[in-house]
Amino acid sequence: MSFLIDSSIVITSQILFFGFGWLFFMRQLFKDYEVRQYAVQVIFSVTFAFSCTMFELIIFEILGVLNSSSRYFHWKMNLCVILLILIFMVPFYIGYFVVSNIRLLHKQRLPFSCLLWLTFMYFFWKLGDPFPILSPKHGILSIEQLISRVGVIGVTLMALLSGFGAVNCPYTYMSYFLRNVTDTDILALERRLLQTMDMIISKKKRMAMARRTMFQRGEVPNKPSGFWGILKSVTASAPGSEMPDLTLIQQEVDALEELSRQLFLETTDLYATKERIEYSKTFKGKYFNFLGYFFSIYCVWKIFMATINIVFDRVGKTDPVTRGIEITVNYLGIQFDVKFWSQHISFILVGIIIVTSIRGLLITLTKFFYAISSSKSSNVIVLLLAQIMGMYFVSSVLLIRMSMPLEYRTIITEVLGELQFNFYHRWFDVIFLVSALSSILFLYLAHKQAPEKHMTP
Amino acid sequence: MASLDRVKVLVLGDSGVGKSSLVHLLCQNQVLGNPSWTVGCSVDVRVHDYKEGTPEEKTYYIELWDVGGSVGSASSVKSTRAVFYNSVNGIILVHDLTNKKSSQNLYRWSMEALNRDLVLTGVLVTNGDYDREQFADNQMPLLIIGTKLDQIHETKRHEVLTRTAFLAEDFNAEEINLDCTNPRYLAAGSSNAVKISRFFDKVIEKRYFLREGNQIPGFPDRKRFGGTLKSLHYD
Repeated sequence: MSFLIDSSIVITSQILFFGFGWLFFMRQLFKDYEVRQYAVQVIFSVTFAFSCTMFELIIFEILGVLNSSSRYFHWKMNLCVILLILIFMVPFYIGYFVVSNIRLLHKQRLPFSCLLWLTFMYFFWKLGDPFPILSPKHGILSIEQLISRVGVIGVTLMALLSGFGAVNCPYTYMSYFLRNVTDTDILALERRLLQTMDMIISKKKRMAMARRTMFQRGEVPNKPSGFWGILKSVTASAPGSEMPDLTLIQQEVDALEELSRQLFLETTDLYATKERIEYSKTFKGKYFNFLGYFFSIYCVWKIFMATINIVFDRVGKTDPVTRGIEITVNYLGIQFDVKFWSQHISFILVGIIIVTSIRGLLITLTKFFYAISSSKSSNVIVLLLAQIMGMYFVSSVLLIRMSMPLEYRTIITEVLGELQFNFYHRWFDVIFLVSALSSILFLYLAHKQAPEKHMTP
Repeated sequence: MASLDRVKVLVLGDSGVGKSSLVHLLCQNQVLGNPSWTVGCSVDVRVHDYKEGTPEEKTYYIELWDVGGSVGSASSVKSTRAVFYNSVNGIILVHDLTNKKSSQNLYRWSMEALNRDLVLTGVLVTNGDYDREQFADNQMPLLIIGTKLDQIHETKRHEVLTRTAFLAEDFNAEEINLDCTNPRYLAAGSSNAVKISRFFDKVIEKRYFLREGNQIPGFPDRKRFGGTLKSLHYD
């Protein structure tokens, strides 16, 4: 009886998450496109729903809601469904849509997408070889095998995003790094841009007029094809023909067009910087500036801790909650009900981690989607994003285990099986360090290059 | 040669509708082989005979400014784009017949371009949203072009074309529907070619021959439904 009640609670929450994913898809991601393949929207919302259910089950675990056995059952079921989606459905659909976009293979869509999926499975399997992620006593087709590989990919993604985010966040918040941009700079660049456009136009006018004259005379302006064609074109441009060399002008036009693109991008950059300068003078801007200093200290500390962990080969045994309680009880001498408080504090901490990581991921995905999608590739990109999201959430569950006190870790250990959790944390630290350091290098180079561009007249 | 007079026409529309292919087809009478994303603005020039076949025939350069990007871009991109909207003589609005959102976005595109130069004669009821008052008194010549006609299935054609006819009526503009990969649609003498020629003539007239406030003579005042049905047939 209680199992039925528990199941209905879980299923209702899954439907709610599904609805939220659906709305997010329609309002945010696809607001400039028309949804023609509803399968894509359904898959995205389903992935989102099942990932959020996993987090929900963790929260239930901490709070002790629902029956323990029904929790375990739902964990297992959820995990199976997610793995099914991430490994079978989404890659297959990605292959299918990619093949549909290529006109040549349009007729034999299905066999080619199956071929693509098999290639994906091969590489996915090979991924597990160089990593010591499993105890050797498991069979070929078990959940642990699949989860371990998904975990590696997901943890890599998490660490990359984390590293870049940790460095980029103070860089964007703090106004210390803002270059000084005046209105005259912008006007000067705009003038250069318009001058370049005028030069392009005058050359194109010459070309258009030349083509028209040639057309009226009955000559056909064709490109030389083949060996004899080239010979003919060389001899045909005899002295006395005042036709301008079209290919030469075309090359000049190409160079000027490239220049105009560069100028356009630089002008956009300057406008964006000017807006940020104005924003930083407002109250909200000052608040974010202050936060930026705080985050930069936090970022430096995290890099430091990651280095220590790797150098001293140390994996934290206790979670921050228990350590915090230990410190307050032992060093500060404050006595309180450890069990009660540890439960609530870990609930709040885990809750904050979950919410911020979901929100952060959705915002990053949206920005990424706007930047690179077009009307042809939007379906493929959304499915890729769904895949990334699923893997990201699965590995968050893996890593979140570290932030929870021992008594709550058991269910994750039970459900996910005998994974070498320590390996994942070590891998996260390594990738985080690499990502953070290369982001610092990258941002430093980009920052240095920018003022020089504007100095040259 | 370079001393011919010129007019400037903007080509606006969502990303991926086929503006670059269209401009290439209009200016070079050839299909664009490898379309790629337009960053910033790309310009091409068409040599046009104003009032062809009459004694007043004169040749003009028509600059087609193909502005890339999407209508929901960041405000820094919009500010940069605004530099191209100066002293425009005509606007071609391009939308994708297979994508309804691109047609709806045309309202926002025209607002973005026209708000630079337009003197508002009507009262703005809404806050920056599309308002019909503006287009009723709009003096800037507009042309609506729908692309990817070949990808619309025969059975759906009538419905799609009715929708675009209403769209063109909203803008008080002519409309053309074609496929940019097939030069047949703009072959000399076809109704599409005649419409384009008339549009360019209107742009040139507005720029060089009319003073402020005059009505443009000789243009069919408002399309009745019979007129729109006529545009559904193709040569």
